[in-house]
Amino acid sequence: MYDSGKIIAGLVIFIGLFTSPFWYDLASGTALQTPDLVLPTKADQKQCVASLEFMRRDHMALLNDWRTQVVRDGITYYKSANGKEFEMRYTKTCLGCHTNTSQFCDQCHNYIGVTLYCLDCHNMPATQIQGPMAAKILNPNSEILNKLQIQN
Amino acid sequence: MAGPKLKPEELASKIKYNLPPKGWMDEPVEFREGTFNYSGNPKNVEYLQLPNPRKWQPTDPDWQLPENWKEIILEGLRDRLHRFRSLQIFMDICVRCGACADKCHFFIGSGDPKNMPVMRAELLRAVYRKDFTLAGKIFGKYAGARELTLDVVKEWFYYFYQCTQCRRCSVFCPYGIDTAEITLLVRELLGLIGVNIDWVVTPVANSFKTGNHLGIQPHGFKDSIDFAVDELEAITGVKVEAPINKKGAEILFITPSADYFGSPHYYTLLGYLALFHEIGLDYTWSTYASEGGNFGSFLSHDMMKSLNAKMYAEARRLGVKWILGGECGHMWRVVHQYMSTLNGPADFLEEPVSPVTGTKFGNARLTKMVHVCEFTADLIKNGKIKLDKSRNDNRRVTFHDSCNPARALGLIEEPRYIIRNACNYFFEMPENTIKEQTFCCGSGAGLGTDENLEMRMRGGLPRANAVKFVKEKHGVNFLGCICAIDKATLPPLMEYWVGGVDVGGVHELVGNALIMKGEKERTTDLRGEPLTVNESAMKEGNMSEEPFGE
Amino acid sequence: MNALFSLVAIIVIIAAAFLGASVPHLDFLFGVVFPYAAITVFLTGIVYRVIKWSTSPVPFHIPTVAGQQKSLPWIKDSPLESPHNTWGVVGRMALEILFFRSLFRNTKMEMKNGPKLVYGSSKYLWLGAIVFHWSMLIIVLRHLRLFMQPIPSFVLGLDSLDGFFQVGLPGLYITDVLILSALTFLILRRLTVRRIRYISLAADYFPLFLLFSIAATGVLMRYFFRIDLVNVKELAVGLFSFHPVVPQGTGVLFYVHLFLVCTLLVYFPFSKLMHMPGIFLSPTRNLANNSRMKRHVNPWNHPVRVHTYEEYEDEYREKMKEAGLPLDKE
Repeated sequence: MYDSGKIIAGLVIFIGLFTSPFWYDLASGTALQTPDLVLPTKADQKQCVASLEFMRRDHMALLNDWRTQVVRDGITYYKSANGKEFEMRYTKTCLGCHTNTSQFCDQCHNYIGVTLYCLDCHNMPATQIQGPMAAKILNPNSEILNKLQIQN
Repeated sequence: MAGPKLKPEELASKIKYNLPPKGWMDEPVEFREGTFNYSGNPKNVEYLQLPNPRKWQPTDPDWQLPENWKEIILEGLRDRLHRFRSLQIFMDICVRCGACADKCHFFIGSGDPKNMPVMRAELLRAVYRKDFTLAGKIFGKYAGARELTLDVVKEWFYYFYQCTQCRRCSVFCPYGIDTAEITLLVRELLGLIGVNIDWVVTPVANSFKTGNHLGIQPHGFKDSIDFAVDELEAITGVKVEAPINKKGAEILFITPSADYFGSPHYYTLLGYLALFHEIGLDYTWSTYASEGGNFGSFLSHDMMKSLNAKMYAEARRLGVKWILGGECGHMWRVVHQYMSTLNGPADFLEEPVSPVTGTKFGNARLTKMVHVCEFTADLIKNGKIKLDKSRNDNRRVTFHDSCNPARALGLIEEPRYIIRNACNYFFEMPENTIKEQTFCCGSGAGLGTDENLEMRMRGGLPRANAVKFVKEKHGVNFLGCICAIDKATLPPLMEYWVGGVDVGGVHELVGNALIMKGEKERTTDLRGEPLTVNESAMKEGNMSEEPFGE
Repeated sequence: MNALFSLVAIIVIIAAAFLGASVPHLDFLFGVVFPYAAITVFLTGIVYRVIKWSTSPVPFHIPTVAGQQKSLPWIKDSPLESPHNTWGVVGRMALEILFFRSLFRNTKMEMKNGPKLVYGSSKYLWLGAIVFHWSMLIIVLRHLRLFMQPIPSFVLGLDSLDGFFQVGLPGLYITDVLILSALTFLILRRLTVRRIRYISLAADYFPLFLLFSIAATGVLMRYFFRIDLVNVKELAVGLFSFHPVVPQGTGVLFYVHLFLVCTLLVYFPFSKLMHMPGIFLSPTRNLANNSRMKRHVNPWNHPVRVHTYEEYEDEYREKMKEAGLPLDKE
């Protein structure tokens, strides 16, 4: 008794599953599209709060630190490496330049599958809001909007 | 039977689970009297046409192996890797998680780390790695590989004849690695260079020649059965028929030969005779197939096949419809898991149907061989026999699941059903020691010799200990079982560790309780012991109520 | 000794990756050549081993059963512990593979004075094993977010499930904690339980250390020394769509992680890790307890010497005649 049929079927399934990223990426057609970021155009804000390299890797940690410092320690200003001071506000400072989240944040986040929940709570002037969160927030029946208005 | 030199307390105090400081590859085996078996008698080795017959003993420095012994073994291993996927898989996938370690009765009773099933298999695996795997060839010792030397062969002999093929480890192994399979295959390899033990070779030779392992010739067989018929008449007043080699009978009955020559097996035989008479079974005994037990299964697959072939051959010659098999352990592993493959298909037989109840034994529709416990349980369920339980009131019974019926067949409820219907007092041993987790008697697979007595008492300790527990808790005085090796080896085990517990078959209890037409009033059970309640045992029942494990 | 050997081997591998990936222009080797080679070895190795196993037949029907057989209709059988048909076997195998049924049975024996043997339930090994294996599976599936573009929704779902507690930024994965804990337990068990240490080979420590290093470098990259994930995904997707690219500035730690994974893939087919495919082929588990119902054929069932009835009667004819036993030939 060899059960060759079952064994070959098993191997085929195993190979199929193991190599599925190959088939998937080859078939998807969009696999090679990498994030396409639109950078701020404002003349006076060419400099981010930290280096590009640092921001690419560690922006989430920076934001987390900011939050802690503002909320817990009452520190509201951040001094960057080149001595410039920034207000530690996500909506004002970050989104002040990177106004279109779908052309900036979402590009990478969607690419590597990181779900943002910053905007689940954070308010910002309604006019500034663009991108996928906008519809959610601008919906007059949106709970978030109601919450925002109450807070404002 | 004389016990080992050590008293039970002394032996117990010597069981230490310490580990030697050196690694296991650097610790050579020591043949200590009482813990190994003597070599196969050269006359019988020769009779069976097995390789290298000669006079030798394991304690000899020179085992007189053939010059090219190493080549023979490695070639034999290569051949078996090609023939047994089980071996191939079991060599490759063990992760040495150690779950099997304290499941082996020989490890529990000896504390010898090489009796951990994982180590037992590693003894072969290390050689396999050395000669059959890339990693072993390149990294040697660091990949767990080991050169096959004479010391390794000696170790194999010692430890693979210290495994009773009970398969308890296999139940606990996450991959189901079956040490019984590895043990049998290593015994085959050892057999290729003439390394055997006598209590396997001689019974095999006897079975081959006379049809049974005790070497009883046909007239001796008839005498024995006739004697039992007379004895049964003396006890019950009923003269039963016991046809032998009768052509055209409906059923061929095959049971271990110890049943008609050994004690306490004999009382089970009386039970069979009484039962078959009472239901008017049209059956026959056979002198040619006069052994249920298959000692070949302790030696090699080929020898297993050779001895097993007699069952179907005799069924065909006698023209019976189907075969009924008696209480036996490894016999039933062979019948259940091997017989049809080895010697089938048995298309000259019919699907077994109980002539008394009309029940079809669909679970045996292929092999056409039914276990007597299945047969009797069906009789009881259908009310075809009357049992007077009170006749077993002198017995406070517990039941030892024999390894093979439990772990190869799953024959768990049938014997219990019979016992509950034949006895008033039945008590289970702790859950971790029965059913699929049952502990071996410690003497199976050819190890039940006097020279190996110390190791048998060690290996039987877990079983004995569980019996002792129910003896102290419930006053148990009777250990029921359905295996001929159990019946032969549990009595000395009980005497050594427990005391005051008799051993007997389930059909002995049936025979005691069976109300036969025309019988005289019974004053004794089948053993000739008076039918009274054993008062002292009842009192002992209150001695200890300590919990036993979880 | 065996543990030390494996530890040294792992350190050498890590050091080699660290040094190698720090050398400019070697990143193509570490980022592209090695992964392709490792995947090739892994797949062909496993296929080769399994095919080799499969060329040996299963000569006998030898399931180890752990429950009541199917016999008389009024006796309740255990379809999963002693399956009598294919569905039962599928169920039994599923329990074994997904939930480690047999390991769950594990007991611990203790000998007390008397002697008195006591058996207690012992589930630690089962717990360590199942936590490790399931964490490993989830982590591998989670990594698909870096391998597949666009990301399938089940991967995102799994990701948010694993990060359910939303602790810290980036969010803590439950499986990261679990896998490191389980591996630590399994390593400590091997090192401290003397009986287990006695049976352990270098080949038992090595995969544990290797897996621990892989998990640890992964954790370091996520929580402590972050790397540029966009680069990682570009590299991964490049590999899987056969357009390999090696983005600059991904970080040495990533290459160490990747090299360790490659080592695991290459090591797998030649090691005990083959228990993964092996369990499917274990004849004591994957056969139904129906050998008296259904025929099992052994392809090499060669003839053996048998003592026939004719020979037997010839040898004992006189004695049988005297005893009044019927004879075939008078």
